[in-house]
Amino acid sequence: MKIAIPVDEKRMDSPVCISFGRTPFFMFYDTQTKEATYFDNSAFNTQGGAGIKASQMIVDEKADVLITMRCGENAAQVLKDSVKIYKSIEGNAKENIDAFENGKLNLLTEIHPGFHNHG
Amino acid sequence: MKIAILSGKGGTGKTFASVNLACVAQKAVYLDCDVEEPNGHLFFNPQNITKQKTTVLLPEINNDKCDGCRKCVDFCKFNALAFVSGKVKVFDEICHSCSGCFLICPQKAIEEKPKQIGMVQTGYFNNVKVVTGIMNAGEASGVPIIKDVLKMSDDDALTVIDCPPGSACTVMESIESADFCVIVAEPTVFGVHNFLMVYELVTLLKKPFGVIVNKVESFENQMKELCDKNQINIIEQIPYSYELAKLTSMGKIAVEESEEIKKKFVNILEKIKSEVKG
Repeated sequence: MKIAIPVDEKRMDSPVCISFGRTPFFMFYDTQTKEATYFDNSAFNTQGGAGIKASQMIVDEKADVLITMRCGENAAQVLKDSVKIYKSIEGNAKENIDAFENGKLNLLTEIHPGFHNHG
Repeated sequence: MKIAILSGKGGTGKTFASVNLACVAQKAVYLDCDVEEPNGHLFFNPQNITKQKTTVLLPEINNDKCDGCRKCVDFCKFNALAFVSGKVKVFDEICHSCSGCFLICPQKAIEEKPKQIGMVQTGYFNNVKVVTGIMNAGEASGVPIIKDVLKMSDDDALTVIDCPPGSACTVMESIESADFCVIVAEPTVFGVHNFLMVYELVTLLKKPFGVIVNKVESFENQMKELCDKNQINIIEQIPYSYELAKLTSMGKIAVEESEEIKKKFVNILEKIKSEVKG
């Protein structure tokens, strides 16, 4: 199983990024091999639709699970068919993965309407 | 001649200035580009109204023709498209109607369908053609409506463009064709702060401009201090007045009610005309 997490830094003990769409990096963690790979988030700097673009990457990388603090409705629309979204808890990325594997994370139920700032 | 009236924040008196300026001209077109909350019509109560729809084009994917090449998704700079479960998904409210996906699709699997996002209402009050842009609630961008409103200007009349507040895309669109910009600002610290944002915009766009300081009180005028210090042209200062506030709250046009105010606005218009003629 592949887990995606928005992270501030490219390391296992990085804090989970408070933003999903505009996180600088995504960590993809393979629960079988116990290996983490890191991707730059191309939506980091985008003017609009960051959640959509970031979600596209999660879907394309075939992640099964996303652990995030929050998620907007457009992102949720892209993710809903193939990715389960869990709400992150306090602690770093590694601690969140452990919590997930021990069944201690809850599904993210609050999908916010987005922070769109259209000019 | 086209004059755009703008301000860094709402409530400074853009509509007050625009409506009154239009009324003192021989012949004028008043364009309300504050499409999220147009309120000039409340003063004019225009007659013989005609309405025209504003639409934008949104992509619609023909899934029988789409082969999933994703060229459209990669092309879209607004991230309005995603490719999920073998299909292209369109996010209408993110789309800027640039037609890029429609043009780039090798399979011709994208059609463009019009969607109404608002309307332009035109009516008349004495010597003023009153044009009002109205955006539907929930729409993301008023720019297409503003473009339609601006088409209603008249070359042989004074065109007064009542802009949206702030300095975003909608304001840039509204002032693009203007010969002169009038920034309405309040004399307070807050007024100065908001003025500076718009000041930066008109300077960047190299627009000739002047300032109307509105709601001036005797004890504080930081706008005047700022303008004096930076050699910014103050066209007029309008005192804070109970009478004006009352007229405005009753939906009355000040220049129609007060000779004193009328003189001020005639003067403002003359000053702007001489500035434009240079």
